[in-house]
Amino acid sequence: MPKKKTIRSIPQARTPMPEQPPGERVRNFDEVATGYRLEDALVEAQRCLDCADQPCVAGCPVGIDIPGFIRKLEAKNFHGAYDVITDTNLLPSVCGRVCPQETQCEGVCTVGDTLEPVAIGRLERFVGDMAIREDWANVPYIEHNRFKVGIVGSGPAGMACAADMAKAGCEVTVYEAFHEPGGVLKYGIPDFRLPNAVVDVEIDKLKRLGIRFECNTLVGRLFTIEQMLTEMGHHAVFIGTGAGYPSFMGIPGESLGGVLSANEMLTRCNLLHAREFPAYDTPLQPGKHVAVIGAGNTAMDALRVSLRLGAETVTCLYRRSAAEAPARVEEIHHAQQEGVQFHWLTSPLELIGDDNHNVRAMRCERMALGEPDASGRRRPLPVPDSAFEFECDMVVFAIGTNANPILGQTSGLKLDKRGYIATDDDGATSIGGVYAGGDIVTGAATVIQAMGAGRRAARAMKAYLGLRDSERIYATDAGAESGLFGIDRRERSFARIHLA
Amino acid sequence: MADFEIVKRTDFSDATYLLEVHHPQMAKAARPGQFVIVMAHEHGERIPLTIADFDRERGTITLVIQAVGKTTREMQRDCREGGHLHALVGPMGIPSHIGNARKVVCVGGGLGVAPIFPQARAYKESGAYVIGVLGFRNRSLMFWEDKFRAWCDELIVCTDDGSAGLKGLVTEGIEQAIAKHADIDEVVAIGPPVMMRGCVEVTRPHAIKTMVSLNPVMVDGTGMCGGCRVKIGEQVKFACVDGPDFDGHAVDFDDLMTRLARYKPTEKQALESWQSACRIRDAAAPSATATPADPH
Repeated sequence: MPKKKTIRSIPQARTPMPEQPPGERVRNFDEVATGYRLEDALVEAQRCLDCADQPCVAGCPVGIDIPGFIRKLEAKNFHGAYDVITDTNLLPSVCGRVCPQETQCEGVCTVGDTLEPVAIGRLERFVGDMAIREDWANVPYIEHNRFKVGIVGSGPAGMACAADMAKAGCEVTVYEAFHEPGGVLKYGIPDFRLPNAVVDVEIDKLKRLGIRFECNTLVGRLFTIEQMLTEMGHHAVFIGTGAGYPSFMGIPGESLGGVLSANEMLTRCNLLHAREFPAYDTPLQPGKHVAVIGAGNTAMDALRVSLRLGAETVTCLYRRSAAEAPARVEEIHHAQQEGVQFHWLTSPLELIGDDNHNVRAMRCERMALGEPDASGRRRPLPVPDSAFEFECDMVVFAIGTNANPILGQTSGLKLDKRGYIATDDDGATSIGGVYAGGDIVTGAATVIQAMGAGRRAARAMKAYLGLRDSERIYATDAGAESGLFGIDRRERSFARIHLA
Repeated sequence: MADFEIVKRTDFSDATYLLEVHHPQMAKAARPGQFVIVMAHEHGERIPLTIADFDRERGTITLVIQAVGKTTREMQRDCREGGHLHALVGPMGIPSHIGNARKVVCVGGGLGVAPIFPQARAYKESGAYVIGVLGFRNRSLMFWEDKFRAWCDELIVCTDDGSAGLKGLVTEGIEQAIAKHADIDEVVAIGPPVMMRGCVEVTRPHAIKTMVSLNPVMVDGTGMCGGCRVKIGEQVKFACVDGPDFDGHAVDFDDLMTRLARYKPTEKQALESWQSACRIRDAAAPSATATPADPH
């Protein structure tokens, strides 16, 4: 038994992440953070104190046994570390890259009270990437039942829910409207943060669990949620379609050429390869002077994509100050390093077009922060007579999204006031057997929050179907197989049974 | 899983062609006014096309395509019977509202002739008196006259040069219909924006409800990108999920046309680079399959 680690005995400095130098990386779409090498990971793993309270586990939306996997990693039991992570998270390579660890596991890390917190996300990614390189896939023993589950949307919420339901033995089909699965991981997050190749590998792992992906399928219009339950024979349905209906500000000039949503820009560039135009057919009119409105993670992605597409100046405009910016600190830092200029406390008033109806400038005004508003952040107020003009030939709106209306239009699902799908805490919607989670319930949030919602809904769906939750340990195990649909009558007072 | 097989192709002219694609689930779900998004191949762009017809028994949907840009010309060259589309998603958009109108004028101009067909048929099936007004540049570009004759109570064909039917634009056809029938409840017009604007201006003084189907640039077709935003009165709507049908008298057509033009430079670039690649290929292999005559 090694000596108990103390805050003094562990490596004091957080192991830096190897990165492409800013000057180089703005000319390519390769990953910025190139990932820990073996020696980096082993040093960083030593920094975990393996403390008693494990605040990191509670800080993780899916509750990964973080000290557990780091212990295995430190002991060079890499596959063991992968096993621990994949008990709760099927997508370590994705989450290790895109989770906002600073507000989750790392934000509450005990080491972080005194030193820089353990780089949990980087270690998770290291393990996930090693699994990809070594082609590890933990396909558990699955005992099949007769239940068919339909998942609407192949983004992080749908993927997480699909994985849990497949592991529980259900026949799972994931429906995706785009021609490729992956949702926002594919169309939204650029390759320099999360390569689409990594997403594809993770999707292949889901396929190994027996999950089927049906692309080119717009649920609601090709068939309805109700038809999934009736004609198509799904016993339960999970909806994880994302928020997707980008907001604009409603200021003059928004329909000018060169004005678009971040979603449009990112989809053209990431999913449809506009950056390789004309080898790929999808165009993206390049901007020389790009302005992105908003300061969330999507805005950072749009800014950094613009740089890589060859823009001369790229500017972020945000009506509040840097302290209120919703983007991850790391993303803002990367954007700054790469040459993005930030105009804090600045709000657009009007977009001005040239003779060809293309945007050529933006009229803005300065803001000052007043009292905190409903969101708890200080409310930005215009500074009188502060308007100024700012030249730009491309304007990207990254100010959030509204609820996508398709399922509301085509089903009897109850929506909340803002048009999102109304659910209880378990993700159950107003239609029996239909669950929802992720951005279509909460509005725009993070990948890991969507995955957490997908997993919570899966737990509730298993209970609804009368399936044993594999994470719960039951007192009696005998005779479980002999019951109808694998349900031991002693365990449950009733089971819902759908006859086709 | 549908494989998007092209089961039939018909060429109406050297620019307009019809593809009938196998997709039983979509044939079952499709309703008049809806559209699809198509990707011809892996490197292709996603283009929206209105569903021109659907056949639930054959399990097919029909698209009528005009070869104008790189993608549609390439499809004209490559899409053959027995071939497959890379992607086909739909039916998208809110289906046209086939209301209680008793007398309806269904107007199709150029490429709008195809998508107006299911609406004309649906109105006829709902018991309305249907007047079809179809516009073509000349007789040689005409198609589907027989199909319309089968479903319309009256059919007015207009050609720019008078080589068939009435010499003039569809707006003149509408005026003729309005002059003859004082009790028209609704006009439905599909075609190029400039034509739809013309139709709307003809009906405005008569205060006849006029629905138009808008065709802005789209990427996903599911409301996610906002590229298809259009101005309807004071409001901004996304044609893909809030439309594609809108009250023509409220549509800002200038805005629509400006937005349709915004990818013109890249469209031109794509077409030129493709054509030059074709020329190189044809020069290298003169016996290869004939490419369609280049109108430019």
